[in-house]
Amino acid sequence: MKLTLRIWRQKGPEDRGGMVAYDVPDASADMSFLELLDVLNERLTASGEEPVAFDHDCREGICGACSLVIDGVPHGPQKATTTCQLHLRHFRDGQSIDVEPWRAAAFPVVKDLVVDRSGLDRIIEAGGYVTAPTGAAPEAHATPIPKADADAAFEAATCIGCGACVAACPNGSAMLFTAAKATHLGLLPQGKVEQDTRVDAMIHAHDEADFGGCTNTGECTAVCPKGIPLGVIGRFNADVLGAAWRGR
Amino acid sequence: MKIAMALSGAVLLAYLTAHMLGNLKIFFGESSFDHYAHWLRTIGEPLVPHEGTLWIIRVGLTVSVVVHMAMAILLTRRARRARPVKYVHRPPVQGSYAARTMRWGGVIIALFVVYHLLDLTVGVANPTGAAGKPYTNVTADFEHWYITAIYTVAVVAVGFHLRHGVWSMTRTLGRQRPGTERLMGRVATGYAVLMTAGFLSVPFAVTVGIVG
Amino acid sequence: MADHAAPEGPLAERWERRRLGARLINPANRRRLPVIVVGTGLAGASAAATLAELGHPVVSFCYQDSPRRAHSIAAQGGINAAKNYRGDGDSVARLFKDTIKGGDFRARESNVHRLAELSTQIIDQCVAQGVPFARDYGGLLDTRSFGGAQVSRTFYARGQTGQQLLLGAYQAMSRQVAAGNVTVHARTEMLDLVVVDGRARGVVVRDLVTGEVSTHLAEAVVLATGGYGNAYFLSTNAMGCNASAIWRAHRRGALFANPCFTQIHPTCIPVSGAHQSKLTLMSESLRNDGRVWVPVAGGDTRAPGAIPAAERDYFLERMYPAFGNLVPRDIASRAAKRVCDEGRGVGPGGLGVYLDFADAIERLGAATVEEKYGNLFAMYERITGEDPYTVPMRIFPAVHYTMGGLWVDYDLQSTIPGLFVVGEANFSDHGANRLGASALMQGLADGYFVLPTTLTHYLAAGPFGAVDADDPEVVATEQGVQDRVKRLLAVDGDLSADHFHRELGLLMWEKCGMERDAAGLREALARIPELRAEFWARLRVPGSGAGLNQSLEKAGRVADFLELAELMCLDALHREESCGGHFRAEHQSPGGEAARDDDSFAYVAAWEYTDGPPVLHREPLAFDNVTLATRNYA
Ligand SMILES: Cc1cc2nc3c(=O)[nH]c(=O)nc-3n(C[C@H](O)[C@H](O)[C@H](O)COP(=O)(O)OP(=O)(O)OC[C@H]3O[C@@H](n4cnc5c(N)ncnc54)[C@H](O)[C@@H]3O)c2cc1C
Ligand code: HEM
Ligand code: HEM
Ligand code: SF4
Ligand code: F3S
Ligand code: FES
Repeated sequence: MKLTLRIWRQKGPEDRGGMVAYDVPDASADMSFLELLDVLNERLTASGEEPVAFDHDCREGICGACSLVIDGVPHGPQKATTTCQLHLRHFRDGQSIDVEPWRAAAFPVVKDLVVDRSGLDRIIEAGGYVTAPTGAAPEAHATPIPKADADAAFEAATCIGCGACVAACPNGSAMLFTAAKATHLGLLPQGKVEQDTRVDAMIHAHDEADFGGCTNTGECTAVCPKGIPLGVIGRFNADVLGAAWRGR
Repeated sequence: MKIAMALSGAVLLAYLTAHMLGNLKIFFGESSFDHYAHWLRTIGEPLVPHEGTLWIIRVGLTVSVVVHMAMAILLTRRARRARPVKYVHRPPVQGSYAARTMRWGGVIIALFVVYHLLDLTVGVANPTGAAGKPYTNVTADFEHWYITAIYTVAVVAVGFHLRHGVWSMTRTLGRQRPGTERLMGRVATGYAVLMTAGFLSVPFAVTVGIVG
Repeated sequence: MADHAAPEGPLAERWERRRLGARLINPANRRRLPVIVVGTGLAGASAAATLAELGHPVVSFCYQDSPRRAHSIAAQGGINAAKNYRGDGDSVARLFKDTIKGGDFRARESNVHRLAELSTQIIDQCVAQGVPFARDYGGLLDTRSFGGAQVSRTFYARGQTGQQLLLGAYQAMSRQVAAGNVTVHARTEMLDLVVVDGRARGVVVRDLVTGEVSTHLAEAVVLATGGYGNAYFLSTNAMGCNASAIWRAHRRGALFANPCFTQIHPTCIPVSGAHQSKLTLMSESLRNDGRVWVPVAGGDTRAPGAIPAAERDYFLERMYPAFGNLVPRDIASRAAKRVCDEGRGVGPGGLGVYLDFADAIERLGAATVEEKYGNLFAMYERITGEDPYTVPMRIFPAVHYTMGGLWVDYDLQSTIPGLFVVGEANFSDHGANRLGASALMQGLADGYFVLPTTLTHYLAAGPFGAVDADDPEVVATEQGVQDRVKRLLAVDGDLSADHFHRELGLLMWEKCGMERDAAGLREALARIPELRAEFWARLRVPGSGAGLNQSLEKAGRVADFLELAELMCLDALHREESCGGHFRAEHQSPGGEAARDDDSFAYVAAWEYTDGPPVLHREPLAFDNVTLATRNYA
């Protein structure tokens, strides 16, 4: 099949950047979207041009590296699917597709489609962990955890840290990511103990990293490749308010 | 900031609910409705002076509106800052329209409230403009289809705003758990539909001629 | 060659003895002993978190944009531990035996026993960190069974065990970042090892964003850079997985052990065309209910549903009636390749066999099958566009894991003092074949429990003298890296690095894949140097070395694979036996099974880099606690 890509090219953080159109006449419906870029890059290399820079690693939907906004939608049109798992059979022959990087103040563009997502790491560093020293843990069976809690914690824990939620949110907010992590840890007895300080630290780190405020728009959950439910934000808000209340 | 937004929204919400219910009194006839308007001005008398309680309400409302709008502006500016470069390909709406239209919806409502005050409270924009005779004023209004249209647009905007507003408020205030999420969604929708219907019933009733 | 760190005494007491005998460092002094940890996978992140917790300033590197994206994240199945929660007869001794046997008697007894002992503590540690393992209705941890074991000892978090374990380790490390004890340099690639006075003292890295090449110095260096399966181009590894760090260390003097031991996983989604960039693993558990078959006749292009039962060959059930579709990975993989070589493969290029759930669906009902395998079926459909509920899946073997790696002693120290190697990057615990769910166990054991003892012991013997940035060794090493980057950019030919990588991968898959023979290996050994020469004559890397340049990164990695591949073939050629993942066509039983030669090859092959041909060192393996036996699954 033949596709036309309009891709955001930007030489570096200081460059203004703009869309550039490329034809890929030899695409196949079995290709993944990233393989389409591989094919294009191979051609650009052959003609001496710089290939399009984009983030990717596992190519199986789990590392969270891939990060393309395809026709305005982070990770493209297929629900619950990362860019690397999106295949061209979901596009029409002859279609023209716009490809852009994640856009947010907290995610400055490094080059072309590659952005800096270290803000997400800073949120975790602020409190996204259980203070469990290595080497001297209690017996794993000492604390049974109700299956429902364990399952709900797992659901929240499946977040791959891709940042699509931020890319989709009209406010550039990372609430879904932050709340998913806080929910995962807060639901487990091991993590409950320090939930107050955790959520307080995480929301501050979130705001300091230039992410916007959540107004419950719900775009984030719609694009989240792991389908993290919006409910985690409600729970997180309750925890933040509760922490503030108990802190007084 | 979000909390101020939600709390001020909640005050407006309470007022609006009361207001809608009050408006329904129009179905009980002119005197009932006018009496209600009069009563509004005399609650608490003689403890508080004439229109005292009303003014307290008005002050409360004004404060809420100011806070609410200020917060809306701040949040919007923060959102702009958080996405300094826009997408070239404008993102299609993935979530809900009600959510995506909060800001413009809010502006429409604000404009409407100004007009509405001039219309029914101050009276300058009213076809009759009879002070102390709200029933007359209201019925005079909705004899004209375009005024009905203005109100309809505004009330529908309010409906959307409330649908998302109520739902969002419960979330912001952390009153939602993953389990209660769908329930809350339905409550919000139901509430918004009731409010819209309640408000709309008056102008349509007048226009169609059931009242007046 | 011998493992001088190996403790004496009864097997079960060796680790305890080692711990007792190890030197300690007082907390105040630890602050003055910085450690470099390259890699943030399970092994690297757990090591960084633990060493930092002890009080060492840790400097950590990874090539991804966040430490959380290391390829450990992709592990699906689970992690073994001898907890015996099921009361099904599991024990440390049994896990030890299974692992030694699974490795086809090519691993060290003392290492494997330590691994089995530590397995139980790993689960405790992870639960304390909030890893959401699957639980049963009583709230206790659930387990499942995996290939090569008769007990249920695999702990799991749905199909995302690696992700959850890695997030636990990453979070523990993040906590130390916040405490100021760990400094993370993400998007930074190690390109050489700094060795001063015979000791590993630092690394030369390139910042992938700015292009800047710099040197970091420390008291010791830990490599946790994962496996080298990407030498085959197509594998289940992530696109960025590379051998550069260990290969550079090898060139600086660290011996490379058993490079030819690679594991081929039988259930991967097959190649769909020339554009294919990587292969996706489907969990082994599918073989519990799926039946593997190909048409009896070659070149049968009918749709699978149109082929009557009589014209289907359920070859695993036919060849291995006792184990059927559940034979171990290497055996299933080889059988599949054989039927495809006969021209009976299905799908594009005839590279695939059917994994059919029709019988299971009939027997258990579609709902039960969905409950068990729903997410895997969905993943399969996303990639292939075919619905496995109605059309049989197509699967094919793919390179998955490398048992070989840098040689380390019992302390996980390489032949360069001060250079420790952990996780898949070392060769230590899996012999010639790794059992499912054992790699995660090893990575975490190394990082959380072994290094804190053994690295401390090493550091306590110091200080080893100050090294500064203008030390001639340091300057020369950094200059070497700069020069190499320039060389890669300067070739200015007409072919991309990917082109060479594909070519090398295909060659390795054909000649040094799941079945090898002397003639093929010799061909490869002749071809690889040619390919390398072409690479350095015709490579094209667009752009410059200043700033992000993914073509340049790729070129450097391919250049190293082109050297490593030769050593892999050499090792495969020299090992005149079949064992585990290494199957030499010349050495098989009449029934077509691997024929080991314990008299001649019960050793670890550790290769030394020289300017001439590599030099082989042999570390003999002794089996005092298990009896050498032939694997038999027929
Ligand atoms: C698809 C798949 C499924 C698997 N499933 C299982 C399973 O169910 N159970 C099981 O036990 N095992 C499984 N394995 C094997 C297991 O996941 C790996 O062996 C293990 O995770 C390796 O961990 P590691 O820490 O050694 O390396 P990795 O996790 O690969 O980490 C390597 C780290 O090194 C860094 N790095 C690499 N090169 C450089 C360089 N030059 N400079 C700087 N940094 C560098 C990377 O950035 C990364 O941080 C699976 C493997 C795959 C591929
Ligand atoms: C002046 C015009 C108005 C503007 C610009 C405006 C704007 C907004 C915005 C941007 C939000 C944020 C959405 C969110 O937080 O999820 C919001 C929420 C809300 N608004 Fe308004 N609004 C206006 C008028 C009103 C009025 C008149 C009412 C009362 C009836 C109202 C009730 C609410 C409620 C209840 C919320 C939810 C609060 C929350 O979720 O935090 N708004 N409004
Ligand atoms: C069609 C439906 C509506 C009717 C018939 C109606 C009618 C009235 C009347 C008669 C008054 C004057 C009361 C008095 O001064 O005694 C009034 C006041 C007011 N209305 Fe409405 N209204 C309607 C919808 C709305 C909506 C949708 C809003 C807000 C979003 C609103 C906000 C107000 C406010 C703020 C006042 C001023 C109260 C005061 O301070 O006196 N109204 N309305
Ligand atoms: S919440 Fe979803 S979209 Fe956001 S980072 Fe996690 S996985 Fe990505
Ligand atoms: S889209 Fe944005 S506004 Fe909140 S609900 Fe999601 S973070
Ligand atoms: S490349 Fe890893 S999730 Fe897409």
